[in-house]
Amino acid sequence: MSNIAKALTGVWIAGVIAVAFLWLPPAQGFRSPEAARIVVFHVPCAILTFVAFLLNAAYSWGYLRTREPLTDAKANIAAELGMLFAVLATVTGSLFALEQWGSAWNWDPRETSIVMLMLVYAAYFVLRGAVEERTKRARLSAAYALLAFPAMVFLIWILPRIVESLHPSNTLFSRSGLDPMYRLTLWSFFAGLLAVFVWMFRLRLRVEIAETRLRQQMSCEPETTLTGAKR
Amino acid sequence: MSRSSGWAREAIAVFAKDWLVELRTRVALGAVVLFAFTSVVASGFALEPPSGVPAEVKASLLWVILFFAAVAGLSRVFVVEEETRTADALRLTVSPAGVFVGKLAFNTVLMCLLCAVTVPLYLLLLEAPVRHWNLFVVVVVLGSMALACATTAVGAIVAKATTRGALFGVLAFPVALPPLLVAIHATKAAWVSENGWRVATGDLQVLTGFMLVIVPASLLVFEHIWSE
Repeated sequence: MSNIAKALTGVWIAGVIAVAFLWLPPAQGFRSPEAARIVVFHVPCAILTFVAFLLNAAYSWGYLRTREPLTDAKANIAAELGMLFAVLATVTGSLFALEQWGSAWNWDPRETSIVMLMLVYAAYFVLRGAVEERTKRARLSAAYALLAFPAMVFLIWILPRIVESLHPSNTLFSRSGLDPMYRLTLWSFFAGLLAVFVWMFRLRLRVEIAETRLRQQMSCEPETTLTGAKR
Repeated sequence: MSRSSGWAREAIAVFAKDWLVELRTRVALGAVVLFAFTSVVASGFALEPPSGVPAEVKASLLWVILFFAAVAGLSRVFVVEEETRTADALRLTVSPAGVFVGKLAFNTVLMCLLCAVTVPLYLLLLEAPVRHWNLFVVVVVLGSMALACATTAVGAIVAKATTRGALFGVLAFPVALPPLLVAIHATKAAWVSENGWRVATGDLQVLTGFMLVIVPASLLVFEHIWSE
């Protein structure tokens, strides 16, 4: 990302935060209308968590098809960022739940599903730590990510529909759901956060590429190359 | 002979071979059944007198025991191939699909045996108030099959890892969680609900659907796990 884009992202996010606290009216109908502003930050984090999760599954599938080490690195980075945003979404959600429902944790289906998503990521990182050899690690972790995918689809999209939830459903896209001002601020924050996501992703990827080059120069593992480790 | 019947025949051969090996050593059976037995007895001691414990708690505890017993033994069927260094021979002679289906059948039968031993003992020791017997049997069979389906491919991954230790439990839990949650819900319905079948219909559908999704998905990635 160019410096201009980075600066713009910073200004944009600062602007949206200012708008969320200064311009956005308190949300009526909540127990503490002022605290409800957190929705504007909470929902984009949750959406990005699932974007990262989908990216992880897509790159894992791509790795199994192409056996490209860089694709494996991308899958791993997507999981790392997914974990980060899952933590952010959980913390912001818990803060709001404490204000609104009087308890930080209610075993709401969406709360359950994000904890399970974090467990999947944790298991994914444990698995990556448990396999020494690089190509084998990439293969096994990609396979695991794809196995966890149907389970997560179930927890994220099916479970909240068969169990009663505290979370409102269908607020983001329907006209009746969210106040237009809130919706605008929410999606503006999402745009800023997405830019940060892309930036972090590319930074991590550069680190990964640099590490691989370094390893090659030290020629510890001549068999792994960045571009063509086709077996 | 056509190709499909080819891998079916291979799967049956793998299944028969695995049971022969298992009956000689009885490692997986011993691990699974003794683990379940110990936990049931421990729960019986802990929840004395059982009549004071809500049926919901008992239903959840039953599945927690079954899940951890499964974790104790279901990866064995792949780990044993790596430990005895027979995996390569199997790779040379049998197609990946044949291996997977054979091992999946092995694990499913193992889970059913586990349930056949554990569940009656559990019902006896903890005085579970079962209202709808046929529903309960269906839930136990479907639930244990779903657990076997969810964890068999994970077992194959674990067998390839360098440090196996507690890895299987860590990896299996997120994948096995959906059938576990649903089975607990349906068991509560079978024990407590007035009209259990109506409450549990959705659960049974989800259990079946989960198996129909996870088995093809496992089959799809198994090739990449299994072949070196």
